[in-house]
Amino acid sequence: MSNTTAAQPAKRSLGDIDLRAVAPFVALAVLFVFGAMVNPNFLGLDNLTNVVTRSAFIAIIAIGATFVISAGGLDLSVGSMAAFVAGTMILFLNTGAVAGDSGMIAAAMCLALATGALCGLANGLITTLGRIEPFIVTLGTMGIFRALTIYLAEGGSIAMKSQELRAAYRPIYFGNVLGVPIPVIVILVVAILGAFILYRTRFGRHVMAVGSNEEVARYSGISVNRVRTLTYVIQGICVAIAVLVYVPRLGAATPTTGLLWELQAITAVVIGGTALRGGVGRIWGTICGALILELVGNIMVLSDMVSEYLIGAVQGAIIIIAMLIQRSLGRR
Amino acid sequence: MSNIPLVEMENISIAFGGIRAVDDASADLHAGEVVALLGHNGAGKSTLIKILSGAYKRDGGTIKVNGEEAVINNPRDAKAYGIETIYQTLALADNVDTAANLYLGREIMTPWGTLDDVAMEAKAREVMGRLNPRFQRFKDPVKALSGGQRQSVAIARAILFNARILIMDEPTAALGPQETAQVGELIHQLKSEGIGIFLISHDIHDVLHLADRVIVMKNGRVVGTARVGDVTEDEILGMIILGKCPPGAIPGPGAISGVVLG
Repeated sequence: MSNTTAAQPAKRSLGDIDLRAVAPFVALAVLFVFGAMVNPNFLGLDNLTNVVTRSAFIAIIAIGATFVISAGGLDLSVGSMAAFVAGTMILFLNTGAVAGDSGMIAAAMCLALATGALCGLANGLITTLGRIEPFIVTLGTMGIFRALTIYLAEGGSIAMKSQELRAAYRPIYFGNVLGVPIPVIVILVVAILGAFILYRTRFGRHVMAVGSNEEVARYSGISVNRVRTLTYVIQGICVAIAVLVYVPRLGAATPTTGLLWELQAITAVVIGGTALRGGVGRIWGTICGALILELVGNIMVLSDMVSEYLIGAVQGAIIIIAMLIQRSLGRR
Repeated sequence: MSNIPLVEMENISIAFGGIRAVDDASADLHAGEVVALLGHNGAGKSTLIKILSGAYKRDGGTIKVNGEEAVINNPRDAKAYGIETIYQTLALADNVDTAANLYLGREIMTPWGTLDDVAMEAKAREVMGRLNPRFQRFKDPVKALSGGQRQSVAIARAILFNARILIMDEPTAALGPQETAQVGELIHQLKSEGIGIFLISHDIHDVLHLADRVIVMKNGRVVGTARVGDVTEDEILGMIILGKCPPGAIPGPGAISGVVLG
C-alpha cells in the first residue's frame, strides 16, 4: 500500500475497512463510469433495467452458491441442474395435469422447487455421506443432469405447447410491479431471505463455522454433514427459483440451457468477496458480482472494442483476476 | 485438596490397528490442581486425553468424574460432564468474531429465533473481562487476534459453559514469551476458581512451572507420577527419555522395573 508512512491512528482506521468487502462495489461503480463513457445509451433506464433483469438467473443461483461456498463446498452442477429442472417443469406443464392455467403453473412451480431441492439433496448427501470431494461429486452430477435433460428432450428442445399457458406465465419474466421488473423483485426477495438466513440464524452461523474450521465446528457440537447438505439443498432451491423466472422467458429448455452458468455463478460469488476456501459469505457482494458480470457483457455489446462472442473468455478472465485481487488484499 | 478426585482414569487402553497407543494407563486430577501430562510425541499422552474429551472411544478401563463412573462416547458427552478441551491448533473458527466463537454450537437466540448477537457480545465481554481485562477487540474475526488473545478466547470458550475440567494441549507451543506468561496468569486464575487442568506437552519447560504434579508417559504406558517438588527436572527428563522412575515418584506400569536412579 502506498501510504505506509501514515500515522498509526490513520493506518488503523484504514485497516478497519475490509477491502475485500468494499472492492466489488468499487468495481461496480468503475464499470458504471466506464460504461457511460463508452456509450451514452448505457445509463438509460431501459438499458440498466434490462441488465438487472438479465442478471436474475445468475444472481439467484449465485445466492445459493454463496451458501455452498461459505460452508467450504462447491457446486459445479448448477447449470445442468437448471436445464434439468426447466426440462421436467415444462414436460409437466405440457401434461395439463391440473385444470386452470394458474393452478397448472402453481403446481409446476412447486414441482420445480421440489426437483431442485432433491437435486441439491443428492449433491449434498453424496458429498457428505460418501465423503467425496464436492468438486468430483458435482462434476459427476453436472454430466448426469445435462444428459438427463438431453435424454428427456430426445436430443432436441423441450418447449411449452400450450399458447394460453405461455401467455399466462409470460409476466413472471416480462411483467413488472410499479415499474420494477418481476425478476428484479425476485432477486431482492431471495437476497433478503438469503442474507437473513446467513447472517441472522443459527444455521447461517454454523455455515460460516463449518467453512471456517470443520474440526472446531464438529467439536462445538455442530452436525457438519447436516449443515453441508442443507447448503446444497438451498443451492438446489435457488436453481429452481431461477428456473421459475427462466422458463417464461423462452418457454423452452434446450441442450444449451444453463450452459456455463456454473462458471458465472461461481465468478459472481468470488467477485463478491466470498472466500472460495469457505468461512466468509457475502450475499450482497454476490449480487454485486452478478451485476458486474452482466454489465461487462452489456458494455461489450454496446461498444465495439471486443467481440461479444468473447464474453465467455472475458468472464473467465474476470474470475481469475478476482482471485488474484483477493489474494493480494488478503496478504496485507 | 478434597478426597474425591475430579477425574479418575483407571486402566485405560486403546489400540489402533494392533498398535497399543495407550496401554493400562491411569491418571487423576483434583479440583484446583494442574497436572502436566508429559512424554515424547507418540508417547500416548494426547491419545489418553482424547479419550477423556470424547474424541476417541476407549477399548478398556473406566473414567470416573467426582467419584462416579462417567459414560463418555463423544465430545458432547464430555462437555456434559464439564470437560472442555483446548487443542494445540488454537481451535477457533477463524472468520467469525469472539462472541460467535464463544457461543459456537450453543448460540443465544432472540424470542424470534434469530441470533442474539447483542446478548452474546455482552456475555463475551463479561467472561473475557474476567480472564483478560485488556482484551477489547470484540468486533474482529479471531484470525486478526494475536496468539495469546486467541488462546484466551479459546479458554473463555471452555469456561463459559462452567467447565470444571480443562484439557490444554500444548497451550503455549504457538506463543511468544509474553503471551506464554499471559497464559500462565490465566491458568493461575482458573486454578483459584477450583478448575482442574490437564496440561499436555512434550517440552517440560513449557509446563513445569505451571504444574502441581506430572504424569509421564512412554510408549503408551505411564512411567510414573510425581509432585513437582519431589523430583528434579533431570529426573523428569529421565522418566520421559529412558522410562526410569526416580524415588520421588510413584512408578506406573511403564517404568523400567528394578532400575532406580541413585
